[in-house]
Amino acid sequence: MGEEVEAQMKRIEATKGVIGTLVVDPDGVPIRSTLDQSMTLQYAGQLRQLVILARSAVRDIDPQNDLSALRVRSKSNEIIVVTENNYLVIGIQKLPEPDVSMSREVGVLDRFSLGNRVSWLATEGGK
Amino acid sequence: MPVPNNNAAFARKGSNVQKVPGAKSTKAATKKKDEEETVETGTGWEEWSQGKALVRPPDQMELTEAELKEENTRILTANNPHAPQNIVRYSFKERSYKPINIVDQMAVHFVLEGSLVHQDSEEARKLGVKEGLAQEIATVDATAESEEEKAETSVNPAVDGGDVEEAGDEDRPDSAASRINKKEPKVTNQFNFSDRASQTLNNPMRDRICQTEPPPRSSFSATANQWEIYDAYVQELQKQEKNKEKQKGTHSHKDNGKSKKVMLMETQSEDVTKWTMASKILERTISQNTFDDIAQDFKYFEDASDEFREQQGTLLPLWKFQYDKAKTLSVTALCWNNKYQDLFAVGLGSYDFSRQGCGMLLFYSLKNPAFPEYIYPTSSGVMCLDIHVQYSHLVAVGFYNGCVAVYSLKEEGREPVYKSTAKTGKHTDPVWQVHWQSDDMDSNHNFYSVSSDGRVVSWTLVKNELIFTDIIRLTLTGAVSEGPKGAQAPSIASGTSFDFHKQIDYMFLVGTEEGKIHKCSKTYSSQFLETFDAHSMAVDTVKWNYFHPKVFVSCSSDWTVKIWDHTINTPMFVFDLQAAVGDVAWAPYSSTVFAAVTTDGTVHVFDLNVNKYEAICQQLVVDKKKTKLTHVEFNPIHPVIIVGDDRGYVTSFKLSPNLRKKPKAKKGHELPKGPEVEVAKMEKLLSLLREPDQNSG
Repeated sequence: MGEEVEAQMKRIEATKGVIGTLVVDPDGVPIRSTLDQSMTLQYAGQLRQLVILARSAVRDIDPQNDLSALRVRSKSNEIIVVTENNYLVIGIQKLPEPDVSMSREVGVLDRFSLGNRVSWLATEGGK
Repeated sequence: MPVPNNNAAFARKGSNVQKVPGAKSTKAATKKKDEEETVETGTGWEEWSQGKALVRPPDQMELTEAELKEENTRILTANNPHAPQNIVRYSFKERSYKPINIVDQMAVHFVLEGSLVHQDSEEARKLGVKEGLAQEIATVDATAESEEEKAETSVNPAVDGGDVEEAGDEDRPDSAASRINKKEPKVTNQFNFSDRASQTLNNPMRDRICQTEPPPRSSFSATANQWEIYDAYVQELQKQEKNKEKQKGTHSHKDNGKSKKVMLMETQSEDVTKWTMASKILERTISQNTFDDIAQDFKYFEDASDEFREQQGTLLPLWKFQYDKAKTLSVTALCWNNKYQDLFAVGLGSYDFSRQGCGMLLFYSLKNPAFPEYIYPTSSGVMCLDIHVQYSHLVAVGFYNGCVAVYSLKEEGREPVYKSTAKTGKHTDPVWQVHWQSDDMDSNHNFYSVSSDGRVVSWTLVKNELIFTDIIRLTLTGAVSEGPKGAQAPSIASGTSFDFHKQIDYMFLVGTEEGKIHKCSKTYSSQFLETFDAHSMAVDTVKWNYFHPKVFVSCSSDWTVKIWDHTINTPMFVFDLQAAVGDVAWAPYSSTVFAAVTTDGTVHVFDLNVNKYEAICQQLVVDKKKTKLTHVEFNPIHPVIIVGDDRGYVTSFKLSPNLRKKPKAKKGHELPKGPEVEVAKMEKLLSLLREPDQNSG
């Protein structure tokens, strides 16, 4: 199991567009990171506080609920924080350039993007 | 008459003494008046009495005779009527209010401060001195008085001593006068008035200090949130439950021991396992961002140009799934998972006889196109696979070497849960198709397989084994026939595909390498129910229609796709696709839509309702020269198809709206839903064809 997760993390890190990944243990200590030390500490500190705040908000509304993921989108990047067992798995990804190609000929492999978000990723399927 | 007079006087007095307020007083007054009047009439005013009647004041109270005669006794008491009857005083000793029963009944009527002074008192003496001075010119009395006063003063010098000093100033003029006149020796204080002070021994003061260690302090701050309160309660509950368990005896000790061991194991093992799910979700999130536009298209894009295209539809390319290690393999099987509709299985192997190596079983999720969810390498190429409809973790796989295996996705390892071996009846030729069936009577899972060795075998999962049962042997002639010498062994046909009827459980179709399709029953092992001369080459796929119980489709390398009604020997529809057809599949949402893929890299989508002769979509999806499409499958719920090719790639496409047409509702009618509609649709088509057949045949 451990190797699979390792392999998975390596894959993520190697993905084009991913600036860095970071794993923080429940005590707030970063245990794994692909960023340099100062950035690591900064991200770990800031995001941990944010997660605590978000969790407090979620649980205050319904104590039986708990925070599972947090995404912060900025102009250039997206910071994705996924929580499990009080561990934080953080990924920083550079947002892809929006694709504005318009051609829709049959047979040409093209894309046409729309604006709404789809948030069906973290559901149970695919296990 | 004296008596009545007295009575009157007495009555008056009585009334004076007892001043009862209110009605009583008036009553008394009136009574008094009555008596007075009676007395008056009774007394010597006889000459008046005759003429005089009882004069009654207008507001006199009316009393009956009895009441008039009533005697009210009046008692003289010493009670002060004005004194309060219930005094309550606060007692500091008892710290409460206490009623005082004995109330002072003294009523003071008149106070006059008198000016009489007792002759022995000080004031009297002072006054006496003054008077003495005033009367010194006077006679002996005055002197006697002054002597008396002197005596008095001498008698009480001590008392006066203090006063003399005080009064000294006031009486100076008097005293001066007195000195001159009295010629007496000044009375001095007998005592020496001196302050005598004494100092007591001062005890030496000593400071005794004891310093203790300050109690350890820690400042504690917390917020009382809804969830903190909830957590506290949950902990409390858990404690209570633990206590209950402890009460249940020694079992808890054993459990503790085991759990401790487990705990140690966990801490020793990599921390990585604790956040496996998180990393998975992260990967998916990142891929969602990367493939954001595709995800949007998948969910929302509907080709608007379809409106202009009338009947034609298109396939919008979505994700492409590939795996490094599968590059040399072809996709030999595709299957969607029924329960998790974004998960599909890909079987990889090789169709090429000469190039047979290992194979692979991969599971992809639409949510993570970059990497497969599950990877199972196999020793032999995978030729077919099927995911159980209900137990979607069970996957049946057929191999090129004739084995069948069952993988369980729940298990950790890469090995199949069950595998058939030479001893347990594996096929001697590649297994071309496997299919799960409903559980048998003992609720054991079972599946069927068909292979080129001519056998259709049913495998049952009993405990840890696969038990096989030959269902039918496929023969060329369709039945065991007696040869001319009676010893001719029936030649074996090679089954290349099969499909079970959706509703009629025992009926199934087998397609053979010779191009025939046999309709068989599970219960008859030697005979076919019917045989269709379907194709000139091997039948690659047969598939029953999801809705219409009589219709099935078959495709073959002879470039044709044929649609049949199983009651009729000839095909209803024949489509020539200009290239060997690798696979055909019905759409799950419509009874008249199906897709076919050909080796020239084209996907053909037909909708018989729209166009009975041509495909409504023919799209080249891969590079024509290099890749051949091998399989196609429709997603159960999403308008997506996946297409596998011989390079190990699986591409997904979104069906444009024209390809997913539902029957239009007539104006005013409700749009009917459900499979009946689909069946009716198909029936309508068939009936058009059948009538000419019936007429002709």
